[in-house]
Amino acid sequence: MLNTMPARRHIKHFHLYPLLALLGLLILSGCSPIKPWVKPYERNNLADPIMSFSMDPVEAGYMHHVYQAREAARGAEGGGGGGCGCN
Amino acid sequence: MAVTKPLGLLVCISLLLSVLTPARAAVLPADRADVMYHSYDGGGVKIDGPAVLVRKSITDDVSVSAQYYVDEISGASIDVEVLASEYAEERTQYDVGADYLLNKTIISLGYSNSTENDYEADTYSLGISQDFFGDLSTLSLSFALGNDTVKKSTDPLFEEDKTTQSYQFSWTQVMTKNLLMNFIYHVITDEGYLNNPYRSYRFLNGSSVGWLTEKYPETRTSHAFAVRGRYFMPYRAAFGFEYRRFNDTWGINAYNMDLSYTHPWGEHWIFDVHYRYYSQSDADFYSDLFPSADFQNYMGRDKELSTYTNNTVGFKISYEIDTGWSHDWLEKASVTLAWDILSLDYENFRDARRDDLPPGTEPMYSFDADVVRFFISAWF
Repeated sequence: MLNTMPARRHIKHFHLYPLLALLGLLILSGCSPIKPWVKPYERNNLADPIMSFSMDPVEAGYMHHVYQAREAARGAEGGGGGGCGCN
Repeated sequence: MAVTKPLGLLVCISLLLSVLTPARAAVLPADRADVMYHSYDGGGVKIDGPAVLVRKSITDDVSVSAQYYVDEISGASIDVEVLASEYAEERTQYDVGADYLLNKTIISLGYSNSTENDYEADTYSLGISQDFFGDLSTLSLSFALGNDTVKKSTDPLFEEDKTTQSYQFSWTQVMTKNLLMNFIYHVITDEGYLNNPYRSYRFLNGSSVGWLTEKYPETRTSHAFAVRGRYFMPYRAAFGFEYRRFNDTWGINAYNMDLSYTHPWGEHWIFDVHYRYYSQSDADFYSDLFPSADFQNYMGRDKELSTYTNNTVGFKISYEIDTGWSHDWLEKASVTLAWDILSLDYENFRDARRDDLPPGTEPMYSFDADVVRFFISAWF
């Protein structure tokens, strides 16, 4: 088992093709109008600062660091970007 | 190194998106400054220090940020107590970044440098974020490249390299007028010297135990997927949730979930409480006590590679300061205190300090930690 573990894995062949396919679909979907089901004037609640995924970036970054140093899991912590189109 | 291909891909995608997208403005992050004191106290170790983060728009479409961060380390963890290995006593980190707004697209560049007396890390990052579907959706892609140098304070000749590549895909979606969700898929690959050079594995040596420097594989690839949500309650408060799954080529499987509740009170106060549960399985090459010195190719005894759980309960109180005295120079300011209590319970990492007991019969290790943050924030 462990004795047969390869010394180096093929990390260069990371599969980006599903991601590209999804992006292609997204770009194509931009050709047909999609009506937003939540109108801009209905986004007051989403624009409230308490709805932010990361209200305080300096503190969120620190907590990610605390967990990364003590847990093997890493990545997908989030905290970046907005996205509700509220402004 | 397979760096130019994904970088080129990201640049192509960013150009394609910016050309195909009809003009409508996205929004740069707010101008803001934070000064924070942070403290971690647990497992015999105390780590504290300052952090300063400043973000400012320099033109209508460019925002820059800079961060200064220090970890002051003192005390002795269980690893130090057992093996008398040494720690870096200070870690200093500098981050700079810039965001460029182009219609509905934000292109981000970043650089980070972290320095200890026995570790140096440089990280470069590139990201693109794009609004879709009437601004109900935001797609973000990011790539980061890290070059680390691992040293050993007890051996001036020891120097090894480590390279990290990170690819992240993030989708944020307005589900309803009260529900916001975020999906993230993140792949990270490491190549090079991945050990902690101070840590050792232990093995049976007749009736006693021996210790030797750990042997790790030279590559590691991990996959993490997370889903998060924020729900605006019928009154002014927010309920948050998170679920994340993780696995890597070392055989570690992990997941965590987090539930949070944010409640403003009056015009000045915001209270926040959260509970987080984390669980992981051990690495294929982990053992608390190996049968012999050369039992297998790779051998590790880091407690971070063992099977364990981490329960966290956290509280946060924020008070918005009146800024009328600033004559509108300050838009808003607040002072915040946050305190988390971590409880780590290891299921196959034993307390090897108990040398009064036969090897392999010591009690399992566990410890609690207090994590405190106190910071002042200003929006301008």
